[in-house]
Amino acid sequence: MKYMLLIYGNEALWSSFSQEDFQRTIAETDAQLAELAKSGELVGAYGVGDQVLAKQVHVDNGVPAVTDGPYIETKEYLGSFTIVDVESLDRALEIAAKNPFAQVGQVEVRPLMHEAAVDV
Amino acid sequence: MVTDRRVEDQLRELAPQVLGALVRRFGHFDACEDAVQEALLAAATQWPAHGAPDNPRAWLITVASRRLTDQLRSDSARRRREDLDAVRDVPFTSVATDPADGQAPSHDDTLTLLFLCCHPALSAASQLALTLRAVGGLTTAEIATAFLVPETTMGQRISRAKQSIKAAAAPFTLPPPDERDDRLRVVLHVLYLIFNEGYTTSSGPHLQRADLTAEAIRLTRQVHRLLPDNGEVAGLLALMLLTDAHRAARTRADGALIPLAEQDRTLWDAALTAEGTALISAALANAQLGPYQLQAAIAAVHNEAATAEDTDWPQILALYDLLERVTPNPMVTLNRAVAVAEVHGPQAALEVIARLDGDERINTHHRLEAARGHFLEMAGHRDAAREAFRRAARRTTSIPEQRYLEGRAARISPVAPEQA
Repeated sequence: MKYMLLIYGNEALWSSFSQEDFQRTIAETDAQLAELAKSGELVGAYGVGDQVLAKQVHVDNGVPAVTDGPYIETKEYLGSFTIVDVESLDRALEIAAKNPFAQVGQVEVRPLMHEAAVDV
Repeated sequence: MVTDRRVEDQLRELAPQVLGALVRRFGHFDACEDAVQEALLAAATQWPAHGAPDNPRAWLITVASRRLTDQLRSDSARRRREDLDAVRDVPFTSVATDPADGQAPSHDDTLTLLFLCCHPALSAASQLALTLRAVGGLTTAEIATAFLVPETTMGQRISRAKQSIKAAAAPFTLPPPDERDDRLRVVLHVLYLIFNEGYTTSSGPHLQRADLTAEAIRLTRQVHRLLPDNGEVAGLLALMLLTDAHRAARTRADGALIPLAEQDRTLWDAALTAEGTALISAALANAQLGPYQLQAAIAAVHNEAATAEDTDWPQILALYDLLERVTPNPMVTLNRAVAVAEVHGPQAALEVIARLDGDERINTHHRLEAARGHFLEMAGHRDAAREAFRRAARRTTSIPEQRYLEGRAARISPVAPEQA
């Protein structure tokens, strides 16, 4: 079963880390990802660029309009995501709990939709 | 190319025999498995271009043995460099073709390999991956594509699985008789999972995926050939054949699911049904009863009905009663409720599933709500049925199932005021 682990945050949260804490958190995250890669459970992990780099695409009457954004005020925005392929929800939750960001904020765990279906 | 396909089939057939021969001769299951995989890749590129050798089995054993000895030599040379203490040298006898390599194997190692790949020290995902590679002869890339993960992820999973087998010091022999039943149950479960993985995704946008359904049937046939008197092996093979018989009828052109009751039964594969029915009839008459046989028997009753209305529901219900006694679990109860609805009506079925509401193993499962929706609709409680289908649709992570359940909800017309 594939799960996506999402880490949200905001400027206040990221800047609350000291340089040292930030480096340590990155190192811990890298170590966890290396372990997941070794066990064959890691599908992919990405940090997403800062919000100042985000673009919005909207198609109006067939004409795409690209704007900087998002303009929607969000208290927290996506910081990074990891996709794992694991035995069970319990294992996904265990991985989420080991993520260093779970100590300062929350790690959201969502199952990924798939094409498989049993007979109905 | 037709020849490529033939070569591929031949290689998959030979893979476990070659691996078995190597492990018997050299030990080192993990290194042998890599060497066989390399020999298979070499054959897959060379044979279609230059023609297959006269003795394919001997060719593969020779090439794999050379790769293995090269590997072991360089490992041992490295160890010598790293550690000046004398390392016991691996004796390398000539790997020139053993006359026996060309013959059909005197004993089939397929079963031993299956037991090893389905070792209880491994996770189910690892058991599946290793079985497909070491016994099925699929490449890591093919297995990765089949499970929609990157090749490096699958490569790691397989390599970790082989390390676990090494750590467990599992010998290359059949499990002792007192463990064999439990170990065989794991093997059958892995084959069943491979079949399901293939069956549920054999249509739609994933046509490039290796045909895991065919692979599972092929492997289960081999196990049945080796253990012809085991009723559960026959039952599992029959269940796969009877299920696969629906393949052409179970999805619309756009990949949408068609439930059993609405399938065009003229599209069902009569030959598969006949073979599956004969297998299960023989097993039920001769072998000790088990859950795969009962599920196959239920499938056979469905397959023999020319129309959905002809289905012998009382017989299906009796089989589910037995199945629930043999393997009591909430999913069986849920399936039995469907038969109860057909025999005793939707109210009786709703009472059966009401008992599952307190069962944590299933009470958040989408199939419970889907069944509830079905029974409520049969009973004419249309608003409640629609709500149940919508709850089910939100809970599933399967895209085709979600579309199907949303369709069921949308199809229920609003209750007319006088009926409310």
